[in-house]
Amino acid sequence: MNGKLQIGWNRNEMAQKVAQDLPDGSYVNLGIGIPELVADHVPEGIEIIYHTENGLLGMGPVPEKGQEDIELINAGKKYITAITGASYFHHADSFTMIRGGHLDISVLGALQISKEGNLANWSTGKPGAIPAVGGAMDLVAGVKNVWVITQHVTKDDHFKLVNDCTFPLTGKGIVDRIYTNLAMINVTEKGLQVRELAPGISFDYLQKRTEPTLIQ
Amino acid sequence: MINKIIQSDKESVSDIFNGAIVMIGGFGEAGSPVELIHRLIDLGSKDLTIVSNNTGSGNVGIAALIANRQVKKMICSFPRSTNSVVFPELYRNGEIELELVPQGTLAERIRAGGAGIPAFYTPSSVNTPLADGKEIREFDGQSYVMEYGIRADFSLVKCHTADRYGNLTYNKTARNFSPIMCTAAEITIVQTKHLVEPGDIDPEVVITPGIFVNRVVEISNPEYESVLVANNERYPK
Repeated sequence: MNGKLQIGWNRNEMAQKVAQDLPDGSYVNLGIGIPELVADHVPEGIEIIYHTENGLLGMGPVPEKGQEDIELINAGKKYITAITGASYFHHADSFTMIRGGHLDISVLGALQISKEGNLANWSTGKPGAIPAVGGAMDLVAGVKNVWVITQHVTKDDHFKLVNDCTFPLTGKGIVDRIYTNLAMINVTEKGLQVRELAPGISFDYLQKRTEPTLIQ
Repeated sequence: MINKIIQSDKESVSDIFNGAIVMIGGFGEAGSPVELIHRLIDLGSKDLTIVSNNTGSGNVGIAALIANRQVKKMICSFPRSTNSVVFPELYRNGEIELELVPQGTLAERIRAGGAGIPAFYTPSSVNTPLADGKEIREFDGQSYVMEYGIRADFSLVKCHTADRYGNLTYNKTARNFSPIMCTAAEITIVQTKHLVEPGDIDPEVVITPGIFVNRVVEISNPEYESVLVANNERYPK
């Protein structure tokens, strides 16, 4: 972690927190990055079906070395497998699942999240940056529950949980839950409500690293 | 007699004209019709508008088409990847246009184009910069943005199995945009790994019915972007 001491939960523990909250039988889309780790932590006896927007319902684990198939990849263009009982489909069907409200949960990464649950995660808007949106705007517009998993602050200690997003938005008022290395936070009508603090993290420590006033 | 099979991949793309709108199937390298794209590079048509989810990697396939200065404009959702160098450089220099479209909107615009639907409303991109300047309309208290269907002059796609009627099946996640792109072009050109007799594909499992396909070329050993990039290959060589 850039030579820094890990504070709070590590990436796997964050993914584990999300995994423990997934209801049995959910249809879930995992975004690129830390969200991809969630699949490794689903408790035994729970059945989750993973959707990848490039056309597979029933995404399985990473293949063993030598078993990779160039024509079987996930949205991050990484090699994957398909579970028994999986199905393939084209893009219009895939986004019918997303925008038609058929998926239960979308787990995404974030650049910024505002106190109203606005999300910015596709562009810093900086000159020379290549804007790339992929399926993020469709996911936040169409999936019933949007959960964000992210480090609590940026690498150079800037707020990621902000009063108002300064980066271009992915969607407005769409984030339901935030999982960071420091805490689990719910987005409520009253503001950001802390659900659980990571071990060794005090409310004051968390508040100092969060721009909006938190609800205890 | 209906026979959509064309023997020569060169001949299959020979009428793609300057200024054409061309849809190219594939999500990353999965489903990318590398041979058809390379024949389009051989042909040299200019000022193309390319509709494809990505902008290719390395110096082969779509990236090579862009590097060869044949593309005026890209319509896509994700114009970068780990190995994409060509598009970012031209884009930063203002030498190529980009219409950035959310992936689901891109898929629906292609589907609508193929289905004769000129425009539709979608919740994706509402309240974001990608909805700027577009019509917003409320239905049941929720805001939606109007997006137009897209039609193309040509679609280039890769499939797994085809017959002379143009019935197609695909392989795993290489299917992605190809079935909808087949429906949305005046001329759909398909490269297939396997050519079979009519009836060999069970009608129950046909993914693209032949009515959407104009030309089929057999490419039994297709090249893959990642392999070409790993071998440091370029096109033209």
